[in-house]
Amino acid sequence: MAKVFIPALLHTFTKNVSEIDVEGNNVRTVINNLDMEFPGIKLKLVEGHRIKPSISVAVDGNITPMGLLEEVGEQSEVHFLPAISGG
Amino acid sequence: MTNIKEPKKYEVIGTRPLRPDGTDKVTGRAIYGGDFEMTGLIHGKILRSPHPHARIKSINYDKALELEGVIAVVTADDLPVNPDGNISIGYSRGNILAKDKVLYVGHAIAGVAAIDPHIAEEALDLIEVDYELLSAVMNVEEAMDSSSEIIHENSFMKEFGEMTVTNNNIDEHFQHKMGNIDKGFENADLIVEGKYSTVMVHQGYIEPQAATALWRTDGSLTVWNSTQGSFPDRDELSNILDIPISKIKVVPLEIGGGFGGKIPIYQEPVAALLSKKAGNPVKIIMSRKEVFESTGPTPGGYTWVKIGVKNDGKITAMQSELAFEAGAYPGSPVGMGSLCVFAAYKCDNQLVDGYDVIVNKPKTAAYRAPGSPNAAFGTEQVIDEISQKLGIDPIDFRMMNAISEGDRRVDGPKFPVNGLKQVLESMKNSPQYQKKLKGSNKGRGIAVGYWFNVGLQSSCSITVNTDGTVNLIEGSTDIGGSRASIAMQAAETLQIPYDSVNPSIVDTNTVGYTAVTGGSRTTFSTGYAAHLAAEDVRDQMIKRASEMWGVPNDSVVYSKGQFSSDADPELSMSFKELASQLENTGGSIAGKGSINPKKVGGSFAGSICDLEIDPDTGKSTILDFTAIQDAGKAIHPSYVEGQMQGGSAQGIGWALNEEYFYDQNGIMNNSSLLDYRMPTSLDLPDINTIIVEVPDPTHPYGVRGVGEANIVPPIPAIANAMKRASGKRFYNLPMNPPAVISKLNQDL
Repeated sequence: MAKVFIPALLHTFTKNVSEIDVEGNNVRTVINNLDMEFPGIKLKLVEGHRIKPSISVAVDGNITPMGLLEEVGEQSEVHFLPAISGG
Repeated sequence: MTNIKEPKKYEVIGTRPLRPDGTDKVTGRAIYGGDFEMTGLIHGKILRSPHPHARIKSINYDKALELEGVIAVVTADDLPVNPDGNISIGYSRGNILAKDKVLYVGHAIAGVAAIDPHIAEEALDLIEVDYELLSAVMNVEEAMDSSSEIIHENSFMKEFGEMTVTNNNIDEHFQHKMGNIDKGFENADLIVEGKYSTVMVHQGYIEPQAATALWRTDGSLTVWNSTQGSFPDRDELSNILDIPISKIKVVPLEIGGGFGGKIPIYQEPVAALLSKKAGNPVKIIMSRKEVFESTGPTPGGYTWVKIGVKNDGKITAMQSELAFEAGAYPGSPVGMGSLCVFAAYKCDNQLVDGYDVIVNKPKTAAYRAPGSPNAAFGTEQVIDEISQKLGIDPIDFRMMNAISEGDRRVDGPKFPVNGLKQVLESMKNSPQYQKKLKGSNKGRGIAVGYWFNVGLQSSCSITVNTDGTVNLIEGSTDIGGSRASIAMQAAETLQIPYDSVNPSIVDTNTVGYTAVTGGSRTTFSTGYAAHLAAEDVRDQMIKRASEMWGVPNDSVVYSKGQFSSDADPELSMSFKELASQLENTGGSIAGKGSINPKKVGGSFAGSICDLEIDPDTGKSTILDFTAIQDAGKAIHPSYVEGQMQGGSAQGIGWALNEEYFYDQNGIMNNSSLLDYRMPTSLDLPDINTIIVEVPDPTHPYGVRGVGEANIVPPIPAIANAMKRASGKRFYNLPMNPPAVISKLNQDL
């Protein structure tokens, strides 16, 4: 199962759970299964059929442009981060 | 002085050929935004707010329209309506032309098009705007005070993208935590903290924003401009003007610097609306005053840092609060600052809070590693203070606590392969650091800094000419020599000379989507796309050779510029020879490469600064300066060095001179290059460079972008040098002569 790290500002939502193992072979299914543990968390991460524009998702440390479609492995780490840009 | 370690031998990469655009740029032949001309061209000017915060009661431009030579006037009423009340689009349009309120001095209110720019300027004086003045909020402390005027009345603070019920000038709160911060401080033998403030500064690109727009009667729009990203401009124009992307073409002209400031668009939609009304192409060139007051500088704000350590030098806890000015609309780089603030240090207990704060100043934009310099100004001084108190060499202290591959960032992900320790080693072994600095009022400071680097989409195509040369088509505007660095990667992959690759930067109709030249991404991502396009060409050429020779495709190999076949040792042909036969063997060959990288390596940089303070005048003179940076693999070492020197020069200016100097009424008093006082070559020392090469394994040639991290460490390195020269810790920027004199006199 993938290890999902809950962003600090959502810890109140998850009753201080900061990490949780979740089934799923891509980010979409991981979020769907996470939503079963913490109903409503999907709405904080997803807008329509994509990750919210203000959020980036990192799988195994790499921020992925594939969003919900990014593959997730059995030993993967999944992080939700603020989106970044540069100059 | 440059010391390059060669991990792998290349034919083209690592050499220093001339840039293809160099001659045109130094002879004045290159066409920049302001140079563009076309038949029927008329000129636009923009009326801007003289007030930092005011309600617009009415706008009357009848008299302006009556002036002979004036052709059209536009206001926010000419922008599309926003019936859904989309906040993001509302903010984007609001910064192009103010509708109900002006939010900063320089905020655009109306555009005028006339037969010449002087008449357009004269007409601005004939536009009557009736204002109701509101109190202005000019810094983060004031803005965060609950009694302050709320700039966006209907806006609420967001946390992780969600609206809270807090209605203040804080647009967004970021938080990252790791471990147990309280326990970390309990375990510390020494705790040092400080609040460090920076002020708004500008990127200082030499070429002002310039754009021409033509809105044709068929509803299509073409824009010729100075930009860091023609495709993002096209997207933004589509959003702001509510016209389909397919109807918009953006033609990027040469660009005279950007550093992040030419990622957003400003006058392009105004020129487009004026063109729509007038039926002519409309050109708008900003004045330097407009560039300062109406484009996107980088924010001021504060970074509070508290760090705990054991007596042996191990860091046990790190905490920070950052509050940055967003300007009039949300979007300061505090999110990135929050991630960079402790990036260089391994520590199990961290807590970082960041606040994006609305103030009555121009909406901030990216500027080289946005947010990271502001954060490092705090962290790197506290680290310096600790190393002094513990009596540990500042480089050794950083090395003891440096992150390694697999260590976690404060937001959770693990660091990939990186060059921080190699940067620190190079700093320690550098000729400058090995040399003793002697004399009174002199000090040496060091610091390190980090920038993530981004990937994003890039596309290239390559066509093969019959003489064996190739044309490389790309969409990345060339700011720092990227034509050369991208062409070099194509040449390396194709195993042909650099001079055989002719790069062209084209418009948005002519190449696949390519994101901004920014985020230290161009040599990485567009170079990667060029490599893929070259591989596509190579594979098609192999197929063609196999067809010509009548041998299996997989028997043909391409090595050292020669095609040959395992099937028959006699079969051999150079790239040039095969290219000459394409026409009669199936036609021309074109290769394509597009990428949106999933993995990108960041870059660490370091600075060593020796300086001397004149205690009578407060002037600081930099005696020696070395910039060190991990480039992964330096494709063109001269342009890597140029980036390192440029970033250092901008950091030196930010540290010692530059600031938006506002009076009590929120008016900027130094909006000219003469008064703003960026450093010139006369103010700067020779900046030594040391390129460190720890290849990024996610790139075919190991490239790490080098455009940004180099601006991060100069500012705290200078502050640390000033501490060691004067015994005084500087908590505010700029550290200019009045600030130095004031500091030196504190104990008198």
